[in-house]
Amino acid sequence: MLLIPCPHCGPRAELEFSYGGEAHIARPVDPASIDDDSWVTFLYERSNPRGVHAERWRHLHGCGRFFNVLRDTVSDTIAASYPAGQPRPALSPDGKGTKR
Amino acid sequence: MQSYSAFSLFRQALGGHAGWQRQWRSPQPRTEYDVVIVGAGGHGLATAYYLAKEHGITNVAVLEKGWLGGGNTGRNTTIIRSNYLFDESAALYEHALKLWEGLSQDLNYNVMYSPRGVLMLAHNTHDVQSFKRHVHANRLNGIDNEWLNAEECKAFCPPLNVGGAMRYPILGGALQRRGGTARHDAVAWGYARAADARGVDIIENCEVTGIRRTVNGAVEGVETSRGFIRARKVGVVAAGHTSVVLGMAGVRLPLESYPLQALVSEPVKPAFPCVVMSNTIHAYISQSDKGEMVIGAGTDAYTSYSQRGALHIANHTLDAICELVPMFRRLRMLRNWGGIVDVTPDRSPIIARTPVPGLYVNCGWGTGGFKATPGSGNVFAWTIARDEPHRINAPFTIERFRDGILIDESAAAAVAH
Ligand SMILES: Cc1cc2nc3c(=O)[nH]c(=O)nc-3n(C[C@H](O)[C@H](O)[C@H](O)COP(=O)(O)OP(=O)(O)OC[C@H]3O[C@@H](n4cnc5c(N)ncnc54)[C@H](O)[C@@H]3O)c2cc1C
Ligand SMILES: [Zn+2]
Repeated sequence: MLLIPCPHCGPRAELEFSYGGEAHIARPVDPASIDDDSWVTFLYERSNPRGVHAERWRHLHGCGRFFNVLRDTVSDTIAASYPAGQPRPALSPDGKGTKR
Repeated sequence: MQSYSAFSLFRQALGGHAGWQRQWRSPQPRTEYDVVIVGAGGHGLATAYYLAKEHGITNVAVLEKGWLGGGNTGRNTTIIRSNYLFDESAALYEHALKLWEGLSQDLNYNVMYSPRGVLMLAHNTHDVQSFKRHVHANRLNGIDNEWLNAEECKAFCPPLNVGGAMRYPILGGALQRRGGTARHDAVAWGYARAADARGVDIIENCEVTGIRRTVNGAVEGVETSRGFIRARKVGVVAAGHTSVVLGMAGVRLPLESYPLQALVSEPVKPAFPCVVMSNTIHAYISQSDKGEMVIGAGTDAYTSYSQRGALHIANHTLDAICELVPMFRRLRMLRNWGGIVDVTPDRSPIIARTPVPGLYVNCGWGTGGFKATPGSGNVFAWTIARDEPHRINAPFTIERFRDGILIDESAAAAVAH
């Protein structure tokens, strides 16, 4: 089970959270004007990386808020967690934390 | 290929079993093939076999980064059925089921296909309606599936907790009698041996690390951990790693990879006659020929390539099993493992050409592709050989997501396997 650091409440067990899929997928600003391929990109295509993945979690049984996490999908190690709305932080070269 | 029969067994016994040959070669990769298949799981090996057998294409290599059958093929719980709701899926899975019925003879290899019946339990009104709808849709497609009431479920599978105290009581079930199980390793080994015998090179410990393309974009070959291999046609059958491999050619897919776990108990005497699945309370169970109860359920919540999941998922599954079959409450679990399954938004596979000429993909089988192994390989071989889909896999394109023609088994059934 993952130990997930909520940026608002601190580290909690995965059971308290619900998963929200890949982060930073922005809804088209003017949905009516985009073509079908752009809809596919928005709705269905996912990076699905073997490596660092930016993803949304919601602290369902806690503060209730959405936030984002950088997790390595090979080791399941969480390298960073940050409030929703903030840009994806750059990782330090060893992948173990965020660059300051 | 050394033929297997009761007679050959007898003859080898007289020679102290010293005369058995290796089941397949372990060749060095050649510099060029007509077709390269990426991934030696059941689907990749079946593809190679049918390329050789039905399309006369024998200059084929199957490249595997680990050992053959070490992916989801060797990790799954082997449930086989074809009672899917939509016509497209029913045709695909039924094509596979028909091939299962003659597979041991075709491959001269006992894949232990055991049509012991798959019973899917209904626990609420929605389940009852949904399963009856499946029964009717299946009948129109000529696929066996029948509705059993609670007493009939108990008669078919006596260990079930019918009528007892249960949070979600068993109200009935849909039974496909031709459904059942097969020996997963034997499926990989049988296809490997039969493909090898027809000239296919199976190359293990050979990871594909890049896809080289010509100036006009077509596939030229693959970069591997054992050097460049030239091929004008490349078929990717890499299950959980499909996004990674197709990413090498710049193709993004509607796929996400999740851990799916299974577990087996200590072996016991024959105690469970069929396969039972319950999607509502998230568990399914059957007994292997070794005597172990083979148990599984839903995926973990998050994408991962770690081939392991969280304990609370397995725990939740066992809670459900103990409710369904109370006599297993004191059974000890022996092993628990995970595989990485590639899931599409509509829970149906993609078996198709890609936007890159010469590059083909067979993926998205998610939590339930073992049952389709023979049919999947069969129609994918056709697609590669003729550069056009077989009638059966024609609807299973990548473009269906753009065109809005989903084959939405997920919404239709909420079915895992
Ligand atoms: C726990 C579990 C239970 C399941 N239960 C069932 C069930 O009851 N019924 C059912 O029908 N289905 C079930 N499934 C799903 C089923 O296992 C899969 O859909 C099916 O086995 C996929 O077969 P495959 O040959 O495509 O994939 P795999 O057997 O995974 O083969 C893909 C191969 O590609 C190789 N590969 C990946 N990347 C590369 C690369 N870069 N270079 C070279 N090789 C590469 C991998 O090493 C792997 O061997 C289950 C899956 C799991 C994990
Ligand atoms: Zn919180």
